[in-house]
Amino acid sequence: MGQLPLLSIITFLPLVGAVIIMLARDEDEARLATNARNMALWTSFITFVVSLLIWFGFETGTAEFQFVEKAEWLPEFGIGYHMGVDGISMPFVLLSTLLTPICVLASWEAVKHRVKEYMIAFLVLETMMVGMFCALDFVTFYMFFEGVLIPMFLIIGVWGGPRRVYAAFKFFLYTLLGSVLMLLAILAIYFDAGTTDIPTLLQHRLPAEMQIWLWLAFFASFAVKVPMWPVHTWLPDAHVEAPTAGSVILAGVLLKMGAYGFLRFSVPMMPYGTEFFTPLVFTLSVVAIIYTSLVALAQEDMKKLIAYSSVAHMGYVTVGIFTLNVQGMQGAIFQMLSHGIVSAALFLLVGVIYDRLHTRMIDRYGGLADQMPHYALTFMIFMLASVGLPLTGGFIGEFLVIVGAFQVNTWVALLTASGMVLGAAYMLYLYRQVIFGALTKRDLMSLLDMKWREKLIFAPLILLTFWMGIYPEPLLNVMEASVVNIIENYQLALDERAGVSLAELMPGR
Amino acid sequence: MLASLVVFLPLVGAALAGLFGRSLGDRGSQWVTCVLVGTSALLSIGVFFDVAIHGNAYTVELFTWIDSGAFEVSFALRIDTLTAVMLCVVTIVSSLVHIYSVGYMAEDKSIPRFMSYLSLFTFMMLMLVTADNFLQMFLGWEGVGLASYLLIGFWYDRPSANSAAIKAFLVNRVGDVGFALGIAGAFLLLGSAEFDTVFAAVPEHADTVVSVFGIEGHALTLICILLFIGAMGKSAQLGLHTWLPDAMEGPTPVSALIHAATMVTAGVFMICRFSPIFEYSPTALDVVTYVGAATAVFAATVGLTQNDIKRVIAYSTCSQLGYMFFAIGVSAYSAAMFHLMTHAFFKALLFLGAGAVIHAMHHEQDMRKMGGLWRKIPQTYVLMWIGSLALAGIGIPGAFVGFAGFYSKDLMLEAAFADGSFAGHLAFWLGVSAAFMTAFYSWRLLFMTFHGETRADPHTFEHAHEAPKVMLWPLYVLAVGAVFAGVLGYSYFVGDNREEFWGGSLLVLRDIIEEAHHVPFWVKALPVVVAVAGIGLAYVMYILKPDLPRLAAQTFRPLYLFSYRKWYFDELYDFIFVRPAILLGRGLWKDGDGKLIDGVGPDGFAAAVRYLAKRASALQSGYLYHYAFAMLIGVVAFATWYIVTAG
Repeated sequence: MGQLPLLSIITFLPLVGAVIIMLARDEDEARLATNARNMALWTSFITFVVSLLIWFGFETGTAEFQFVEKAEWLPEFGIGYHMGVDGISMPFVLLSTLLTPICVLASWEAVKHRVKEYMIAFLVLETMMVGMFCALDFVTFYMFFEGVLIPMFLIIGVWGGPRRVYAAFKFFLYTLLGSVLMLLAILAIYFDAGTTDIPTLLQHRLPAEMQIWLWLAFFASFAVKVPMWPVHTWLPDAHVEAPTAGSVILAGVLLKMGAYGFLRFSVPMMPYGTEFFTPLVFTLSVVAIIYTSLVALAQEDMKKLIAYSSVAHMGYVTVGIFTLNVQGMQGAIFQMLSHGIVSAALFLLVGVIYDRLHTRMIDRYGGLADQMPHYALTFMIFMLASVGLPLTGGFIGEFLVIVGAFQVNTWVALLTASGMVLGAAYMLYLYRQVIFGALTKRDLMSLLDMKWREKLIFAPLILLTFWMGIYPEPLLNVMEASVVNIIENYQLALDERAGVSLAELMPGR
Repeated sequence: MLASLVVFLPLVGAALAGLFGRSLGDRGSQWVTCVLVGTSALLSIGVFFDVAIHGNAYTVELFTWIDSGAFEVSFALRIDTLTAVMLCVVTIVSSLVHIYSVGYMAEDKSIPRFMSYLSLFTFMMLMLVTADNFLQMFLGWEGVGLASYLLIGFWYDRPSANSAAIKAFLVNRVGDVGFALGIAGAFLLLGSAEFDTVFAAVPEHADTVVSVFGIEGHALTLICILLFIGAMGKSAQLGLHTWLPDAMEGPTPVSALIHAATMVTAGVFMICRFSPIFEYSPTALDVVTYVGAATAVFAATVGLTQNDIKRVIAYSTCSQLGYMFFAIGVSAYSAAMFHLMTHAFFKALLFLGAGAVIHAMHHEQDMRKMGGLWRKIPQTYVLMWIGSLALAGIGIPGAFVGFAGFYSKDLMLEAAFADGSFAGHLAFWLGVSAAFMTAFYSWRLLFMTFHGETRADPHTFEHAHEAPKVMLWPLYVLAVGAVFAGVLGYSYFVGDNREEFWGGSLLVLRDIIEEAHHVPFWVKALPVVVAVAGIGLAYVMYILKPDLPRLAAQTFRPLYLFSYRKWYFDELYDFIFVRPAILLGRGLWKDGDGKLIDGVGPDGFAAAVRYLAKRASALQSGYLYHYAFAMLIGVVAFATWYIVTAG
């Protein structure tokens, strides 16, 4: 198995599927659409099955990159094609490959026009996402990182709701602005180190003064992606206008790219900058948790509510990463993964009733528990997971982050923990308005419960949520070595610097 | 093995009834859950004898749950005396409530769901009491909160039930934040989340000082107070109590099981479990005493004027929990646990009895619309008397004969007195005055419900009937407990055998129970005397002179309203927290996100670009002389530049 370029296969298999769909020609529109659907489903499903091989083949207990592939590309510039995963990126590869077939299934009937192009967009998107998490060279990373934007932009802009153009433009504007600064930072690093190879750069020490600026430049890009307050306003609009599956990928995977960037680049490559800016990150995260939770409380649109809740949950993630202790960082990564599952499921749940009634307004619903018991149960499970109830995936991450934060700053821990109350407030409110209450609205009385295709979509997500909540050990195990490695290197770098400044102060010694 | 069965049988029941309720049918779901929880109860008695009487405490490790650096916890069942007592109380009351529910909920349309929730609650409660680490306890803690939320909101088509359910969840969550931070603090200071490691590490940190939230303070005190905030939420102590009366929106069996006998006592259990930490923080214990004493008296004053039969008992529960807390505050953990046990019996009896009354009256809960019922439902009447006598702690002080509450409640008051501190004395006197009020409102309830001319509408009154056997039978079992639990448990819980009974499950640095046994006779007699006086006053006001209550309410109107409106807590919280949160959310959304961030950010940027583009496009007028003029200006500008730089 060591010979097989697994990561490249997983990355580019969807692209192959996309090309095949693109080449397909048929007079009959309906048959073309069906073929595109089937092709997309099979491609993404096979990709997922293949990606399971890296889960089982993954060796825990080491922070080394695994499944490494290396090829010369532009050797004179020190740029190469370099892929590999460690304990941090590997779970996200799986998350991406899992969510794509689910998205295809969720769009089975919901998308009716331009099915072929839609499926192509999703497969290309998958390639970009997986490539982004596997890339170990700045140039390839940047290409994938930015490449994700294009299919997503199209998905929102073409298959979105009435205000899709505004949302797509806002999405693009925000994310592009940050990316430009990151590109400059990457160039600066390249000129300093002479290579774009990430593992090499992880060993490279950048000058401390430069780190401050580089950190800010990366921050500009990643903070938008997370999104952190106050650059979050693109997210609610993008979610509301995006088709269901678009929201799923957006919340499930794309939001994780920023936090992944912090973990992969900001913290290990710019430890001094990280230490300098940690208070800023804490402040913005805590504001995000409280501010967006309150805003979520006032929402009338289900998707907007969940979108704001995502911002709050990502606040936990950024707090956790910058605690720089094992609990906080593991909690943050775990929270990213569980949020990937839970928020994806919540958007799918909204999609289920949106497909039936074509509205997302909360006050148009009520009393769905009577007609749709399976739906109510599924919604209940993910509502509770979002609230962070023990035995669901949401709990572990949230709790570890609080434990981690308490060791660094008790105020941060307290304010972060206040999200436990506020988060419960808006989710319970949502559930009460939609599922509970008397069934009085006439058009709701004839609603049908979930079909088998819809149940099939939720089954793996439910299993995963419980698995992550009851037996999170395998996942924590996978990420442990890499997290410990980041923390140790960070400490080492700071100690070194402290030593250097001491030596400057006392040259006689 | 036995312990695992006790814990997991209810989960099996919950899963079967919940997932396969439709195929099992109503009857099937009832059978499955009742039999499984009943078995669990029988087994738990076996566990109790093994562990508490024969002293074989043990821990069953199931599997590792979380392992993150030094933060390592497992699913485990820690079975010692403290746990065994809770196992018995929870499973016995739960199985009785399961059986009672067969009758009470007979006409409901979602019986399987109800039975499933009840069993789920039982499982979560058992997870809580068997925890051997903070996190599993937190799991049970949140789990019972969830079950409580589901059961309060069981009739989800009623807006009031939904509001009450959400309120219960949120208020509990406020407490849980304290609990979670307390766990984080304990981990930071003591280096583990496992009880054994934590408890062993406590003594060496007895004097550690830390700076938290900007305050320098005693580390253990801080941890204890954070944990206690959690206990306050779950056990409805003053400040975080507002959810409990509203929780009465749930079906009555739920009120008996969750909001009287078991879940609300979780806070008491929690602090007893953490006695090895609390004992090293006298300040935290004082705080517990004050809060407990204040709650005992506060809830009693509110109970005086409520008219809903269930709310009276709910406030009574709140008040009794206050007793347990002040007992803990003076280190009388065993007395608190003793009262927890006896209270479970007589309070469940009172609630289920009230349920039988409500059942008889076709879901009427307002006592103003009852009266004269004793002829119609004599068995319920007698059972309610027994419950009330036990609650009021009636007995003969010198002869040491009495109902269950007599033994446990008096001992707690004696311990408070024996403590000798200011906090202890305050608790004692507040406790005595609360005992007076307890007796008064209990007999007010009895007299208003069962005596006098009936105020019910004739039709309802005519059709009032005794509850079916399936409901009465559990009541008799509880009544036996309400009579004998005190006298049977005394020597083990707080008497001569207490040390071997508790084993190592409670840590007490000084033997307050021994001191409590040697207080002056008047201290022992006073609670009974005031209780009898309370009954007498109730007799005068509600039997002899029935217009006296109205007169009193008119004369002391502000006081009456203060009590009737529950000290205005709900109004206050609504004003401070609820409305500002909603207003703030709306404001931040429309103004913060909309006007400020978007207005300055992307929208503002777009508008600026559009504006500039418009201006720029205005330059392209298409007239030749405009362009020629612009070129001329350019030429002039260049020429000037050239001349200036050259010169």
